[in-house]
Amino acid sequence: MGAATETFYSVIRRQGITRRCFHKFCSLTATSLGLGPLAASRIANALETKPRVPVIWMHGLECTCCSESFIRSAHPLVKDAVLSMISLDYDDTIMAAAGHQAEAILEETRAKHKGQYILAVEGNPPLNEGGMFCIDGGKPFVEKLKMMAEDAMAIIAWGACASWGCVQAAKPNPTQATPIDKVITNKPIIKVPGCPPIAEVMTGVVTFITTFGKLPELDRQGRPKMFYSQRIHDKCYRRPHFDAGQFVEEWDDEAARKGYCLYKMGCKGPTTYNACSTVRWNGGVSFPIQSGHGCIGCSEDGFWDKGSFYDRLTNIKQFGIEKNADQIGMVAAGAVGAAVAVHAAVTAVKRLATKREDADHNS
Amino acid sequence: MMDAVAPASDARPDLAAIAADASGERAVGRPSVYVYEAPVRICHWVNAFSIIVLMVTGYLIGTPLPTVAGEASDNFVMGYIRFAHFAAGQVLAVFFLTRILWAFVGNHHSRQIFYIPFHRKQFWKEVLHEIRWYAFLEREPKMHVGHNPLAQTAMFTGFTLFVAFMIVTGFALYSEGQGIDSWQHKLFGWVFAIWPNSQDVHTWHHLGMWALVVFVMVHIYTAIREDIMSRQSIISSMISGERQFRD
Repeated sequence: MGAATETFYSVIRRQGITRRCFHKFCSLTATSLGLGPLAASRIANALETKPRVPVIWMHGLECTCCSESFIRSAHPLVKDAVLSMISLDYDDTIMAAAGHQAEAILEETRAKHKGQYILAVEGNPPLNEGGMFCIDGGKPFVEKLKMMAEDAMAIIAWGACASWGCVQAAKPNPTQATPIDKVITNKPIIKVPGCPPIAEVMTGVVTFITTFGKLPELDRQGRPKMFYSQRIHDKCYRRPHFDAGQFVEEWDDEAARKGYCLYKMGCKGPTTYNACSTVRWNGGVSFPIQSGHGCIGCSEDGFWDKGSFYDRLTNIKQFGIEKNADQIGMVAAGAVGAAVAVHAAVTAVKRLATKREDADHNS
Repeated sequence: MMDAVAPASDARPDLAAIAADASGERAVGRPSVYVYEAPVRICHWVNAFSIIVLMVTGYLIGTPLPTVAGEASDNFVMGYIRFAHFAAGQVLAVFFLTRILWAFVGNHHSRQIFYIPFHRKQFWKEVLHEIRWYAFLEREPKMHVGHNPLAQTAMFTGFTLFVAFMIVTGFALYSEGQGIDSWQHKLFGWVFAIWPNSQDVHTWHHLGMWALVVFVMVHIYTAIREDIMSRQSIISSMISGERQFRD
């Protein structure tokens, strides 16, 4: 890890592919894509000269579920992503080097690939007490993050932690855990939220960046459009049951067995942007709704603080006791209704009294 | 306040002698003023109807009806409810916009619900008077050609602001289904910059509905009450456009 800049060609050769085969591959690719006669040599040239993108992968306050998800990617296989597509120069969780040797790579990458490396951040920095709630290599993580962000080309914020704050930032957030985009404001940041994000979404983002040498198109909130522009609900295979008005009402009712819509069970699919209902999990085997449980909205901002995972309406804590919008609304409407009734009654009584008074005056 | 009409004495004179009815008793001629122009009235009733549809369907979207039996392809209950909600929402938006445009070309009463004259001392004095009237501290209500100052304040906040909020959050939520390349998202997607989690937008939209329920209750109650108590027509004015003074 670290050392000299590797090109794709050197990786290909290291994997035992001959130069002859390499050129065959290039011409075959050019032909099958219907490109002109010069294309084959251009492809070869690009692969021979283009350096693999160096990636520094850091861990703040997190649970490593993003890494766990990432290493299970099937398309592409994580082996290809890590060993061929990118040059993963630093990842303190899975790298062989340790201690000073490991930390030296950070300095080396900063110096050698200034403005060219990708900083992938899993987790987030806690800012309270000078950042002492997450010490990494003897220093607060927030310092390490700022240092490495300074010379990075772009930052990938892996998971709900780095994107939104996640559980450590849930109220009352004692460590003041803060998402990356609130700490680093001068670099392009791609948010890849989820707890964890889908493996193929993670490797998909990496593949896009290494293939095109630029960041994918992002939505208003900084998430790659290709994976986060639609809600789970929009592509859910149970959607026909929602439109028909067929809902699971209890976990063990007939509707649950028939696989009806989980809307009434608090499924957050209608408010959650992610690719679960299309890409699915574990190599496309299933996803939460398919296995009979509603979506908990793990890729959404502050999903821990939106009340129960099993309520359709959000609890609103500001009212002292936890109430949802309907309960608050009904109490308000009831109170106003009662006030109106009382006011009308008083009006009627007053009016009668005045009339009698007037009548007395006139007679 | 320019809209305040001096108690009836000066309006009464000879009008009373205009006509006699069949039983030979003299009818009372009543001065009336044209207040609500046709577009204002049409907008009022279309909006009222849309809001009722929106409230009922909106509530049913948040708390759906019991599960229906049979094939999913045979039923479209939620689909129809949502369609009615979206359709009524678009109608409301169009007529709300029309109403705003009319404020520019209509008479000065048509502008009343779009502002509160904060800077006018007289306005606040009359608000206080109206509050005292509703608190049973005044014997005689003042007469107003358009909305009384308290009503103007209530209309501006309870109707104009709340409905604008509902339209904006409503289109933002609608844009979620239309996709991020839709004009709805381009125009209203900024709502999600304020509340990144659409669940919060849903909650606020829901609370907005209840705020409008409260507004509607108070609106209807005061309209009926003033129609009876303040000796000027209120309810029929929104049909004919004429405000009659009955003293």
